[in-house]
Amino acid sequence: MTYEEMINIPPYSLDADEKEKLLTDRLTKLTKLHQKNCPEYARMLGAVNFNIEKIKSYKELPFLPVRLFKELELKSVVSEDVVKTMTSSGTTGQAVSRIYLDRTTSSNQQKTMVKIVSDFTGSSRMPMIIIDCPGVIKNRAMFSARGAGILGFSVFGAKKIYALDDDMKLDVDGLKEFLKKYGDQRILLFGFTFMIWQHFYKELLRLKEKGITFDLSNGILIHGGGWKKLVSQAVSREEFHERLKDVCGLEHIHDYYGMVEQTGCIYMECQYGHLHASIFSDVITRRPGDFTEACMGEPGIIQVVSAIPESYPGHSLLTEDEGAVLGVDDCPCGRKGKYFKINGRLRNAEIRGCSDTYADKFEA
Amino acid sequence: MIHMQTNLKLDVLGRVMYLTGSADIAAQLLNIPAKIAFDDSILDFLDHVSKVLMKNKDAKAYPDVVTFGFWIRRGSVRKMKERFEGKDGELRLGKGIAFHITPSNVPVNFAYSMAAGLLSGNGNIVRVPSKDFPQVRIIIDAFNQVLEQYEDMKPYVLFVRYGRDKDINDLFSSIADVRVVWGGDQTIAELRESPLPPRSGEITFADRYSLAIIDSDIYMDMEDKAHVAEDFYNDTFLSDQNACTSPRLVVWTGSRIEEAKRIFWDEEHKLAQQKYIFQAIQGVNKLTKSYLIAAAVPGVKVEEHGDNRIVRVSVPEITKTLMEYRDNSGYFYEYDCEDIMSLAPLCDDKRCQTIGYIGNRKAVLPLIQSGIKGVDRVVPIGKTMDFDLIWDGYDLPALLSRIVVLA
Repeated sequence: MTYEEMINIPPYSLDADEKEKLLTDRLTKLTKLHQKNCPEYARMLGAVNFNIEKIKSYKELPFLPVRLFKELELKSVVSEDVVKTMTSSGTTGQAVSRIYLDRTTSSNQQKTMVKIVSDFTGSSRMPMIIIDCPGVIKNRAMFSARGAGILGFSVFGAKKIYALDDDMKLDVDGLKEFLKKYGDQRILLFGFTFMIWQHFYKELLRLKEKGITFDLSNGILIHGGGWKKLVSQAVSREEFHERLKDVCGLEHIHDYYGMVEQTGCIYMECQYGHLHASIFSDVITRRPGDFTEACMGEPGIIQVVSAIPESYPGHSLLTEDEGAVLGVDDCPCGRKGKYFKINGRLRNAEIRGCSDTYADKFEA
Repeated sequence: MIHMQTNLKLDVLGRVMYLTGSADIAAQLLNIPAKIAFDDSILDFLDHVSKVLMKNKDAKAYPDVVTFGFWIRRGSVRKMKERFEGKDGELRLGKGIAFHITPSNVPVNFAYSMAAGLLSGNGNIVRVPSKDFPQVRIIIDAFNQVLEQYEDMKPYVLFVRYGRDKDINDLFSSIADVRVVWGGDQTIAELRESPLPPRSGEITFADRYSLAIIDSDIYMDMEDKAHVAEDFYNDTFLSDQNACTSPRLVVWTGSRIEEAKRIFWDEEHKLAQQKYIFQAIQGVNKLTKSYLIAAAVPGVKVEEHGDNRIVRVSVPEITKTLMEYRDNSGYFYEYDCEDIMSLAPLCDDKRCQTIGYIGNRKAVLPLIQSGIKGVDRVVPIGKTMDFDLIWDGYDLPALLSRIVVLA
């Protein structure tokens, strides 16, 4: 099946067996494609004696650690066909992933995301509040994960407003006016978890104490980017939900899990707090000690597969996140496929050795 | 004038945490005489510390502490004295003050650095690891206990702790006759920001890597393979295979390579499973490194492995860049070697430090004699971590002392 055919299947409609067949077929083809077109990838498969003829399930395909995309320029198309290079939003000084997209892959990312997200929001476009600053998407030559997320979700927005200015200050007047016009409609809000907490929620709270309130009870908030920074402030998912509801009446909140290395295939959180894999992708949890598949409920390292990537060999990746599969095909929300949770990042190794490591600088 | 300088910097001295002595005792450093290298007073003192350590029940849990205790006992130091004291017509004296920066993540190295400085006749300031290893506590407790009976030794034995503080580095460097810097390239670069007086010297322990060479025929004839595995474990896993001395590459020679590999790694794996505490990210790291080298170097093979404790990657040839792909915690490159000279691209690198061997050490002589710039030690497997006063190619007593010619 081609991706054009796949994209017409509703994203949460296949049961485990059907999905297994579909993904095995597609991911095996992608493996062959990249083996042919990406010499580095071909050498990696050669080094582990990989034989595609022996593959019975996509679970047996090799997985590349995501860090490889920070170290190597991995692509399966000629440079002239690259229309976009996406980068992860690493902090200054850190290496960033570089993901090369051709027209097909880029457009399939966009289409896939629309299919997945509209399953949660409905397919009509809504007035949209982007909880970020406009500056983040100004430089279109280099797409950071943050910019890509905003642009990706923007297709769901009819009228758009950035809630923050470039100093990350809440645009109170803009927001007031926007709500006056569209407050009676369903509104889409999008942003990154930490930004929402730091620059949106906290500001709304401050304003509320001064008697200035906003009613977002018609809103549906989609947020991503991980919980690391909030965990360090001891803010749980439950608290995040409760406090947002308290401060502006926002009730429909969906987290998502995703990464720049597999843009398009995001994992949306349903009303039961479960992250869902669509038919376009899957997660497999792996035991750290030997990379065998973990049982349901057992924490493991998250492997992600995606049926999209044709321009770079990123269809099967080992992340540095830990999580657990919670169930398959039986979430009370009615969506088929695996549902899971993310526990957080794997910890850096503490190792001995004669050379002082960079991190030691910050110990003292 | 000297006094004026220290007086000015007393506020800086006060920022240092003294694990032995105090700021006042540190201020005496400039006034104490150098000692004659391997002087009886030093031997007595260290032997006393050794006895305290050997009697300490807590120390028994730490083989590295016991080994150090054994190393500084009188019998052991006497042998060093025979090797290193001044010859007839010469007198070897400490240079004066030795300032040591020791690595933050090796527990006992700091104690050897102190002992080397002391045996050479110097007053010593040793910055100990920032990490709170129990070994550090045990050793420093022993020194403190003995120092109570050796009042005059106090200014010679200063263990200190402080964060990355350039003012303190500046101050200690300004009075140092020798600076000893462990901790690798980055730490060396940092300390070089602090000037030394014109006559002072510096001993630097830069980032290094090591390899092992195993003669498969000799290995196959060895009776106690479990013991070999233990030795190799101590050389590698015990320091997360991340010490400068830890072999990152295993070179196989002889006619029974396949057989030897199978048994050797089986034995090693058993031990690693029993003893090594595996961290989840290590498996990801090893997979990353093996794919990185596979992408860059054609012909690389990742050996099949049941679990991630030991990951072996065989390389078709030894290249200059191989060690750029090194990892730790049980990640080994392997090479089947027919001609010892084929190791030259790796060993002709100043960063190459130790060859641990099983077999005939003479087999590596042609390589060394060819004039390679690396390889400072060729020692049996199981002994790669054993500290000696000749380390990293340096004759430490020679660099820590001066020779007075009496003609």
